[in-house]
Amino acid sequence: MLLNVQDIHKTYQTADGPFEVLRGVDLTLQAGETLALTGESGSGKSTLLHLIGGLDMPDLGHIHLEGQDIANLDDNGRAALRRGTVGVVFQQFNLIPSLRVADNIAFQARLAGQHDPAWDATLADRMGLAAQLSKYPEQLSGGQQQRVAIARTLAPKPRLVLADEPTGNLDEATAAVVLDLMLELVTETGAGLLMVTHSTELAGRMSRRLHLRSGRLA
Amino acid sequence: MTRATLQALLSHWWRNPLQLFTLLAGLALATALWSGVQAVNAEARASYDAAAATLGEGQYDRLVRRDGQPIAQETYVALRRAGWLVSPVVQGRLDGVRIVGIEPLTAPTGIPPVPPEEGADITAFLAGEGQFFANAETAAQLRDYNVIITPEAAPGTAVTDIGVAQRVLGRREEIDSLIVLPGQPKGRADLAVQAPDLLLQPAQGGSDIGRLTDSFHLNLTAFGLLSFAVGIFIVNGAIGLAFEQRRPVVRTLRALGLPLRRLIILMGAELMIFALIAGVIGVALGYVIAALLLPDVAATLRGLYGADISGTLQLRPSWWLSGLTIALGGTALAASGALYQMSQMPLLAAAQPRALAMEAGRRAVLQGITASLLLAVAVVMMFTADGLIGGFTLLASLLIGAALALPLILDRILAGTSRAAKSVTAQWFWADTRQQLPGLSLALMALLLAMSANVGVSTMVSSFRLTFTDFLDQRLASELYIRTEDEAQSAALIAFATSRTEIILPIQSADTQVAGQPTEVFGARDHATYRENWVFLQQAARPWDSTFAGQTVLINEQLSRRADLNVGDMISLQGTQFEVAGVYGDYGNPIGQAVVGETVFAALYPAITPQNFGLRMDPDAVSDFLTDLEGATGIAPTQSVNQAGIKAISLAIFERTFTVTTALNILTLAVAGFAILMSLLTLASMRVPQLAPAWAMGMTRRQIGRLELLRAMLLAVLTAVVALPLGLALAWALLAVVNVAAFGWKLPMYLFPLDYARLGLFALLAAALAALWPAQRLARTPPAELLKVFSNER
Repeated sequence: MLLNVQDIHKTYQTADGPFEVLRGVDLTLQAGETLALTGESGSGKSTLLHLIGGLDMPDLGHIHLEGQDIANLDDNGRAALRRGTVGVVFQQFNLIPSLRVADNIAFQARLAGQHDPAWDATLADRMGLAAQLSKYPEQLSGGQQQRVAIARTLAPKPRLVLADEPTGNLDEATAAVVLDLMLELVTETGAGLLMVTHSTELAGRMSRRLHLRSGRLA
Repeated sequence: MTRATLQALLSHWWRNPLQLFTLLAGLALATALWSGVQAVNAEARASYDAAAATLGEGQYDRLVRRDGQPIAQETYVALRRAGWLVSPVVQGRLDGVRIVGIEPLTAPTGIPPVPPEEGADITAFLAGEGQFFANAETAAQLRDYNVIITPEAAPGTAVTDIGVAQRVLGRREEIDSLIVLPGQPKGRADLAVQAPDLLLQPAQGGSDIGRLTDSFHLNLTAFGLLSFAVGIFIVNGAIGLAFEQRRPVVRTLRALGLPLRRLIILMGAELMIFALIAGVIGVALGYVIAALLLPDVAATLRGLYGADISGTLQLRPSWWLSGLTIALGGTALAASGALYQMSQMPLLAAAQPRALAMEAGRRAVLQGITASLLLAVAVVMMFTADGLIGGFTLLASLLIGAALALPLILDRILAGTSRAAKSVTAQWFWADTRQQLPGLSLALMALLLAMSANVGVSTMVSSFRLTFTDFLDQRLASELYIRTEDEAQSAALIAFATSRTEIILPIQSADTQVAGQPTEVFGARDHATYRENWVFLQQAARPWDSTFAGQTVLINEQLSRRADLNVGDMISLQGTQFEVAGVYGDYGNPIGQAVVGETVFAALYPAITPQNFGLRMDPDAVSDFLTDLEGATGIAPTQSVNQAGIKAISLAIFERTFTVTTALNILTLAVAGFAILMSLLTLASMRVPQLAPAWAMGMTRRQIGRLELLRAMLLAVLTAVVALPLGLALAWALLAVVNVAAFGWKLPMYLFPLDYARLGLFALLAAALAALWPAQRLARTPPAELLKVFSNER
């Protein structure tokens, strides 16, 4: 099993007092499987994604990734997890504006020590970015930027890809192209994919779908 | 991983060269001001040390004549025969150079250059025309003599054999003092028996010149530190803004798996490399500043204290090392806060847009508490500060406290104006100005410090000038001053002038020590000139009457403060006790002074005959008098100085004293203007999302640009309003606390509203110039750039 999430709880302090965003979530994901996580705004989708990605720590529960409980990792351990095992595609792309497209694609793989220029070139080609490699992110459209972000995430060949509304900022046509590419490449690499989305249409294209409501799986 | 991270970090500067320039320029300017001042200080101190080493000043006991006259050659020979290990010294001036004659075979080691130790040709040094040792600058003034160039020689000084010195100075068989060597044999003859007219002066801890000029250097160092503080505000602002702009990148780097510790180390290392580069540039700039300032400093010290320092600069390791250390330390100080905040920043919190204003809100409380505490310390120190340390503590707490309080004061003012605004544009303008405040606060603090330093120092200088002009009117009351060459000329002058003047006032003095303080004793002739013109700070009844009657003495403020002597206290002159009848203001004099009646002076110092005279007469008769005097006595008009001439010379000396601080003031103000420019330029790129809605709702880009300009000028005016009282408090602290501690006299404080208005205008101009370019850039922002704000593609 690639991912095993058990009884995850998470509470945030807000101006109105503590707010329990996740109230005991369990889920599993196999390698090569694609899973859509849907839910209303504030249902805890992104929080769950961040916890699985090692971007935040749960208050209670366990997250086993390839058998290792990442809830017990320290800052360095979680950083190592994010570099090599997990790849996150953000809604806002989060590219490095001062680096060219080629450097942005290679960046995470270089951090992870798994840089493969030939694979980078393949990704760029498949994503339709071959002509854009010497440009800076600000010179690209939103769809192109998201494709760069996906290529960057896939460059180190992560075991698990987490995508937080990856097409939320794109028009329907572009979103469909981007999603097709992502699914294709994830399937090729054999990674698991967990995608947070509002779109029932996109969710329908995943092999499985879970719905979060008020911090619990419905 | 490190390479990829460094590439990402450095690419930020590559894509934002203006930010990099701001950072480097701020640090380089801060280092330049500091190291420039340090270079001047180091050069001057090295000059004093060389001068002290040349004469063994302060290091050895000395024998001098009690009456201040030269020691006869026979007395020296007799002392040597009686077992005294002494070495003769003679000094004098030749072609503007101080000639020091030593006896190389008996002089203590360490008084350079002594030929036997140096391996030089002792025969050439002693025989024939002799040799002079001097630095290149001095050697150029002694073209007709055989000068060996020695870089370590004291500036303006040439050392030679005593025989050669006596010959070229026309002082054959005369000796000024005898250096007493350490390790004198036991059983040598008693000095009182062998040479009763000689006085043993014990070695002093430091040189007189060093003590006198310390205060001057202290002022320079204080201004160097102030300039550096202004620079640090700039660096802090530049680093803070750079971190603020890189916050999303930092978040991305961490999200992609870069460990926090490595990120902090790399960013710290990156900044240190920049600091090193900027430090080198700063030290080089500092060298240029020092080279420009040094001739004025040299002239000032020579005029005011008679201290010779070299007018050229040497590259001393101590100051360029200290410059680099300050650059690295300053950057570490400025960056530590930003790096600490980054280390504490939760990974996901950074995903939220984080306006400077939100952060400033949290800091405001802490800043307010710190400012209040520092200002409270300043108020306490105003009433209790004593000495230089107290004075500078007062200055530091006042300036830093006020700088920290400035953003809070401005915020309150802007909150008030925002509430009072009627039109929607005005409301937006005030609210937007308030939102800009956190990003501009460091630059405004720098402007506040620069302006208040300017107000403070210009008030001090102008008060000094005004007081000193009045003082010269009082003290230089005689219409004509004449210096005679010898006793015969003095007698001829007196014979000629007695019938043609109202009175002849001899000016005669002797150097002595009163209560451990170096003091000049003057003998004054009983005349209304003194009674009518001298102003006392403390006095007994009819002080001149009792002084001219030989019963009392008058002392200057410096001696009064340093020796804690007041009216009614007793002092000893040549073993005779006198009561102090008055304390007078004596501005500009570095040492103590005492005035006794002419008769008493003659009794105390019978060997001293006056060679300077003040003549009271009809001012219109001065010209004819001088013509007739030359015809009758041979005393040339060049030996005379009229009152206006003396006053002009004295004022020129004091003008020069403050040339350096004025130059530093201008530089500091320029640096503050630069800080505003850089902050506005850096903020400009962050301003687009804030300005785009105003543009979308109907304001033109030109209007927005104009309002940006107006905003900068408005903030400068508000800062000036705060700077004025702060500057006046600074002036008070300088005049009433620091000046007393450093120089020994207190000055009255005058206000100069026109000067302050002019300064305010300059500040406004600096702010307008600084804001012009950023405002123009904003006014020309392409509509596409503004539209991006609404398309979520920025």
